[in-house]
Amino acid sequence: MNQRIIFTRYIIIIFFVIFFFRLWQLQLFDGEKFKNLSEKNRLRIIKTPAPRGIIYDRNGIPLVKNIPFFSVMLNPDELDSIDTSKLADLIGIKEADLIDKIDKQRSSPFVPIKLKIGLTFEEVARIEARKSDFPGVFVDTEVGRNYLFGKTGAHVIGYLGKIRSYQATAIDLKELPQDALIGQWGIEAVFDKELRGMPGERIIEVDAIGRELRLIREVSPIKGKDIYLSIDIDIHKAIEESFGTKAGALVAIKVDTGEVLALESLPSFDPNVFAKGVSYSDWIMLINDPKKPMLNRALQSQYPPGSTFKIIPAIAGLEERVVNNDFSANCSGNLSYGKWNFGCWRKGGHGLVNLHRAIVESCDVYFYELGKRLGIDKIHKYAYAFGLGQKTGLELIPVKEKSGLIPNVSWKEKNKRLPWYLGDTFISSIGQGFVLATPIQMANVTASVVNGGFIYKPSLLFNVKQPSVKIDVAEESLNTIKKAMAGVVNEPGGTAKGAISQTVSIGGKTGTSQVVGKKKGLVAEKYMDHAWFIAFAPVEKPEIALAVFVEHGGGGGAVAAPIAKKAIEAYFKGKLENKNDKNR
Amino acid sequence: MIKIDRRLIKYFDFITFSLVISLSIIGILTIYSATRPPVESMNHPDFFLKQILWLVASLCCLVLMVLFDYMWIQRFSLYLYIAGMLMLVLVLIIGKSAMGAQRWIEIGPLTFQPSEFFRLIFIISYSAYLTTLREPLSHKTYLKSALLFALLPLILLFKQPDLGTTILFLCIFITLSLIKGINKKFITAALIISIISVPFLGNIVWDKLKDYQKNRLTAFISPDEDIAGIGYHINQSKITIGSGGLTGKGYMKGTQGPLRFLPEKHTDFIFAVYAEEFGFIGSIILVFIYLILFLRGLDTALKAKDEFGRLVATGITAMFFFYFTVNIGMAMGIMPVVGVPLPFVSYGGTALLSNYIAVGILINIRTRRYELFYP
Repeated sequence: MNQRIIFTRYIIIIFFVIFFFRLWQLQLFDGEKFKNLSEKNRLRIIKTPAPRGIIYDRNGIPLVKNIPFFSVMLNPDELDSIDTSKLADLIGIKEADLIDKIDKQRSSPFVPIKLKIGLTFEEVARIEARKSDFPGVFVDTEVGRNYLFGKTGAHVIGYLGKIRSYQATAIDLKELPQDALIGQWGIEAVFDKELRGMPGERIIEVDAIGRELRLIREVSPIKGKDIYLSIDIDIHKAIEESFGTKAGALVAIKVDTGEVLALESLPSFDPNVFAKGVSYSDWIMLINDPKKPMLNRALQSQYPPGSTFKIIPAIAGLEERVVNNDFSANCSGNLSYGKWNFGCWRKGGHGLVNLHRAIVESCDVYFYELGKRLGIDKIHKYAYAFGLGQKTGLELIPVKEKSGLIPNVSWKEKNKRLPWYLGDTFISSIGQGFVLATPIQMANVTASVVNGGFIYKPSLLFNVKQPSVKIDVAEESLNTIKKAMAGVVNEPGGTAKGAISQTVSIGGKTGTSQVVGKKKGLVAEKYMDHAWFIAFAPVEKPEIALAVFVEHGGGGGAVAAPIAKKAIEAYFKGKLENKNDKNR
Repeated sequence: MIKIDRRLIKYFDFITFSLVISLSIIGILTIYSATRPPVESMNHPDFFLKQILWLVASLCCLVLMVLFDYMWIQRFSLYLYIAGMLMLVLVLIIGKSAMGAQRWIEIGPLTFQPSEFFRLIFIISYSAYLTTLREPLSHKTYLKSALLFALLPLILLFKQPDLGTTILFLCIFITLSLIKGINKKFITAALIISIISVPFLGNIVWDKLKDYQKNRLTAFISPDEDIAGIGYHINQSKITIGSGGLTGKGYMKGTQGPLRFLPEKHTDFIFAVYAEEFGFIGSIILVFIYLILFLRGLDTALKAKDEFGRLVATGITAMFFFYFTVNIGMAMGIMPVVGVPLPFVSYGGTALLSNYIAVGILINIRTRRYELFYP
C-alpha cells in the first residue's frame, strides 16, 4: 500500500509540472496578447462628432444651420426580448425592413443598431412614451444640417449624406463612424474636410454588459471651419424668382477677382431631403425627373452659344486687323455661297452695317463675311484664348464640368471624318453648328472682355483673388466690343431692350441656340430655341459679368435679358444696402 | 473541560495547519478584490465578511476534529454513511434549486450543501469498509463496494444534478480502490469491460445531462467557436490569467472580475482573479502551497499508524488534489468547465467548513501516528 501511495506522489508532481508550463504559456509567453485583450474588453473609444462649420454667403448671411436630429437605436443584447412586429409598428417601418436592418448592422453585442433616422418630434415622443415595453430601444440625438434657403443655391451649397461603401476606404474617412454624414454634393463636399473639423474622443471604461463606468480620457472635438462663399444669396433669390418655372442657369462673376457671385441652375432640389438621409424612392424620383433637377446646368449644359459668341470673331477681327470700325458689310437678309444660302435672322436685312451696328443689331451676314476673312483657325485661336472649349476649373463635387467645344479643321476631320467647308466657318462665326459652350464659360468670357483681358479661374470663396492670365488682346479692341455691347441694350435697334435698368447701366449680348431647323408649325415648348444672354454692369466701370441660359426660352432678348437685369439689380441693391449699413 | 494532552500540541501538524490558513487568507483577500464594485460609490458586497465568519467556524471545527482519536470516526462510520445518504435524499425532496440544480438545504439564514459533507463521509466510510477486507479487492468485494459506495450516492448526486461533484466522487472512489489494491485478474477484466462500455454509457449519460452541462463540455473541446456564447467563460478566464503577466496588475487592480467580464469570479474562477492581480510569480507561489499541502498529506498517509488512517489520509489528499486540479485546469482552459470550487480559496461556507474538518482529520491522523499515543 505504501508503494502505491508513493507512486501517487509522482502523479501529483507530473500534474504540477503541467500546470507550471500552462501558467508560463498564458502569463509569460502570451501575456502581452492577453493583456491587450483585457484592455480591449474594458475600454471603449467613443467618437464625439465636431460641430460642422457654417457656410455663409458673401454678405455673411448663414446658409446652413446645425440642428439636432433623432434616431431610434437598439441595443443588440436586448434583441431576444423584443417583439419585432410591434417595434416595426412603433417606429413606422416594415417588419421585414427592420429585421434586415438589424441583421446588416449587427456586429457586436455592445454596438447599438440604428433603426431609423430623422425622427419627427411626434415620433420621438411616441417612442419615449412606450420605452418600457421595448427594453434596449432608445432615441439618440445627432447633429444634422438644415439648409435655410432650401432649393435656392442648392447646386452650390450641396448636401450631406452617409458615407457610401466605395468611399469608406478613403484615408481621411476611415476614422469616422460607419454611419457618419459627410458632404456628398456641392461645397459641402468640396470643403468637407475643412467643415468637418476634428472629432473628439471619449475613452470610457465599461463593464461586461457595456455600461459606462468612468471616463478615462476625453479629447474635445474641434469645430469645423466656417466657409464664406463668394455667392450672394439675394442674387440667387432674384434669379429663382425671375426664371419662374423655366429651366436654365445663370452664372455671375465679379470681374476683377473671378469670384462667382451667383451660380444657379434651375430647377433645383431641396437639400433638406438629403440631410435626413434620402429614401431610395425619393432618390429615384429626383434622378428620373424629366426636368433633371440634379443636373447642374451652369457647368454641364453645353449648347451652341448663338450670337453671344459673336464677340469672339469680333475681337479676332479687330486684333488680326481684318476689320476696323469702318469695315462694313451689306446685309440683304442672306448670303449665298455656292448652292447654299445662309440667312440673317432679320429676313429684310440690315443694310450696310459696320462692326458696332453688327453687334448691336446682331447681324448674321456681317459675321459670315468676317468669318470668311478670318478663317476658322483664327476664330478657334481667340475662342481658346478666352477660355472656351476648355474647362474653367470651378470645382463642385460630384458635378463634372463640361468643356464645351470650339471646332476647327482637324477636329472635324478627326471626329466627323468630313472636310471643313466654308459654310462651317459661317455658322461657327455666329455661334451655331459645332460650337458648344456652358453658361459658366460664357460668363467667364464676358468677364474677361470687360476687365481688360484677364482670365480668372472662377472661385466660390469670398474675397479670394484667383491668379489670372492676361490674354494677348489690345485694350482698345475690348473697349470697342464693350461699347457695342452697351449699345445692344441701350441703342435704338439693339436686341436687348429688356435689360434696360433704371438703377444701373447694363451692357450685353443676346443669343439664340437653335433647337431644330426653322420648321413651321412646331410651337410646343420642347421645340423652342434656347435663349442666351451675356451681360455686364455698370457699363462705365464693370463689376459684374454674367451669362444667362434659358432652356427652350425662345429669343435671348425677350426672355434671358430681363432675368440678367434682375440679377444685376439684386447685386447692386445688396451693395447699396451694405454701404448704408456701414454708414449707419 | 477537555483535558488537553501535551503531546497533542507537541505532535500537532503545524505545517499543514499554516498551509491551509495561508490559503484561506489569500482566498479572503481575493474574494474582497473580486467582488469590489466597479464604481466607488457602490457598496462592497459582504462576501468576504461571510467568508471570514465561516473561517472562524471552520477553525473551531478543525480543533474539535483533532481532540479525539480518529479511531472513533472509524467506529461510527456506518452511522455516518446512513446519515449522509439521508441528507442526499433530503436535498432532492426539500432542497432549494438554483441555476437548474437542486443542491442546497436552507436552515434559517444559512444554506448548506449536503454533498460537501457527504464527500468526507464517503471517504471515511469507504476507507472503513476497505479496512475490513483482508485481501485486495476481488470482483466480489469490488462489486459490493461499487454498489454501496459509488453507484448509490452517485445516482443521488447526479440527480441533483451536480456533475462536478459526481465526477470527483468517482475519482476518489477509484483512487481509494487502487490504493487498497485490486486483484490483478479482476483489474484487467474491469479495464476491458469499461473501455468497451464507455461509448454506450457515455451516450446514456450524455442524454441525461442538462443543456448547460453539455455546453460546458463542448465549449471545452472548441472554445473559440462561439466566443460570446459557450466558450465565453473559458476565453475570459484565459484572458484574465494571461493578462496578469509576470508580476500581475497588483492587488485590487484587476479589471476582469469587477467589470463582470469574468463570471463566477469569487467562486469557481477565483484563481483567475488571483492570477490577474499577482501574475506568474504569485500564481506559482499559490500552486506551490498546494503542492506542499498534497505531499504533506501523502506523507501523513505513509506515517499513519493503521490502514484506516492511511486510506483516509490518502482519500482526503486525493480529494483536495482533484478539486484543485479540476478547478485551476478549468481556469487555465485545459479542462472542461466543471463548476467545482478551489479548496480553501473559493467563496463558499459549506465547502470551507467541510474542508477544514477534513484537514482536522488529516492532522488528527498525523498527530496520533505513534501507536502508543492514546489520550
